[in-house]
Amino acid sequence: MTREALKDVILEIIAGIDEDADASTLEPDKPLRDQLDLDSMDFLDIVMELRKRYKLQIPEADYPQLATLESCVNYLEPRLANV
Amino acid sequence: MGEITNDQRIVITGVGLAAPNADNLPDYRRKLLAGESGIREIDLRYMGTCPAGVCQFPETKHRKKKENKRGTRAGCLGVYAAHEALFDAGIDFSEYDRSRTGVYIGLTEHGTVETENEVYNISQYGYNVDYWTHHHNPRTVLNNPAGEITMSLGITGPHYAVGAACAAGNAALIQGAQMLRLGEVDFALCGGVSESVGSFGIFASFKAQGALASHSDPTKACRPFDRDRNGIVISEGVCIYTLERLDAARKRRARIYGEIVGYAMNSDARDFVLPYGPRQAECMRLALQRAQLAPAEIDIINTHATGTKQGDEEECKAVRELFRDCPNTYVNNTKSIIGHAMGAAGVLELAGNLPAFEDGLVHPTINLDNLDEECRLPNIVANKPVELPHVDTILNNSFGMVGINSVVIVRKYKGD
Repeated sequence: MTREALKDVILEIIAGIDEDADASTLEPDKPLRDQLDLDSMDFLDIVMELRKRYKLQIPEADYPQLATLESCVNYLEPRLANV
Repeated sequence: MGEITNDQRIVITGVGLAAPNADNLPDYRRKLLAGESGIREIDLRYMGTCPAGVCQFPETKHRKKKENKRGTRAGCLGVYAAHEALFDAGIDFSEYDRSRTGVYIGLTEHGTVETENEVYNISQYGYNVDYWTHHHNPRTVLNNPAGEITMSLGITGPHYAVGAACAAGNAALIQGAQMLRLGEVDFALCGGVSESVGSFGIFASFKAQGALASHSDPTKACRPFDRDRNGIVISEGVCIYTLERLDAARKRRARIYGEIVGYAMNSDARDFVLPYGPRQAECMRLALQRAQLAPAEIDIINTHATGTKQGDEEECKAVRELFRDCPNTYVNNTKSIIGHAMGAAGVLELAGNLPAFEDGLVHPTINLDNLDEECRLPNIVANKPVELPHVDTILNNSFGMVGINSVVIVRKYKGD
């Protein structure tokens, strides 16, 4: 999956959690939770959705790597390279 | 309850509700008087189609869609009704402290819907529990609907659920009145909620028990007291009241729907599912004693009858025993129109009758085409409303499985 496609996946999952979330002003290198109305339970929804879609098991120790849109893409790129 | 001071007299000052046929009290009352059923067929997982009552209400009026998705259907119903009740009562918390406000919500059951959905969800993933949602526990704790209300309104006083099967709505109303009397809180939001139509298991269990109603026309499926009744129609619903002490309500010139002058609860101590008329009669008698009212002083008995063979007969026996010499007491049944809203039933049915204090009308029991002789009572109001010279008192019955009975008596408030 390309970096652009991965970004779209993350934004799509966030829109599924909160359809009012405004992704247009999202700064890719700033924490998602600082910019959107997302809390820890919403974050776990993102993790669950990635598991359901791609059978991707993300260990809890890796959660900090999913803090920003940019870091999400960096984390997912090698793991979803063949998707 | 005798000569009690105004700080011990508890009044209903606001009503918020969603029923299968309306999402506010004026519409609900109009439809009850017209006998306009809210029952339709729904399609249930594993079960196929069943008659049921589903509420249509503006779900995002008081809470964002995101929060509704986060929470439960019961929470969504509860938050809607709580906001509506506050608006109806004209309370914006300038009158009462949020930390001195209690939220008491009656539930027949809770968590069944979420659990069934999650088991189905992991069945799609080979029953791998890694796919079980992290939302399960906060959604299924018993205080969930009450807690969702406090989060939505910033209420920091106590909140909890009262579990009393299908007597739960009345039980929570009684709890609210008691907490106000004890001085534990200054203001109470209390009532009941049911999301039961989301659970195939509840339908399947009633079916297995031979107690699930069926009819080619879903609006005719719930037929208490009728010879051809064949069971319960399950509905979702919610009704939440604002309760205040009379002195505080008068001070802020609140509109008063009625005063809770008597209540009682007791237990059959006999059977898991079968109701027991003699204990129901004891419960009504105790509520009347506490209200210092004679049976003949009750204008409307709003029955619990669900449309099961034995349940309706037992309640009619109990009513007959106490009210045999009461020519001015009229009997109706709200479930015939909206189905059985389980934890919300008692309070939702009471709400539908409160406007009788103003309009003098007793709403009808619909689908009563051929009265079962075992259910014969002098003044059952069947199929069209009856107008009385005045309505001053309503006795509301609500009974539940495992033998729990509740009775609430509300009197018209006429000033001091």
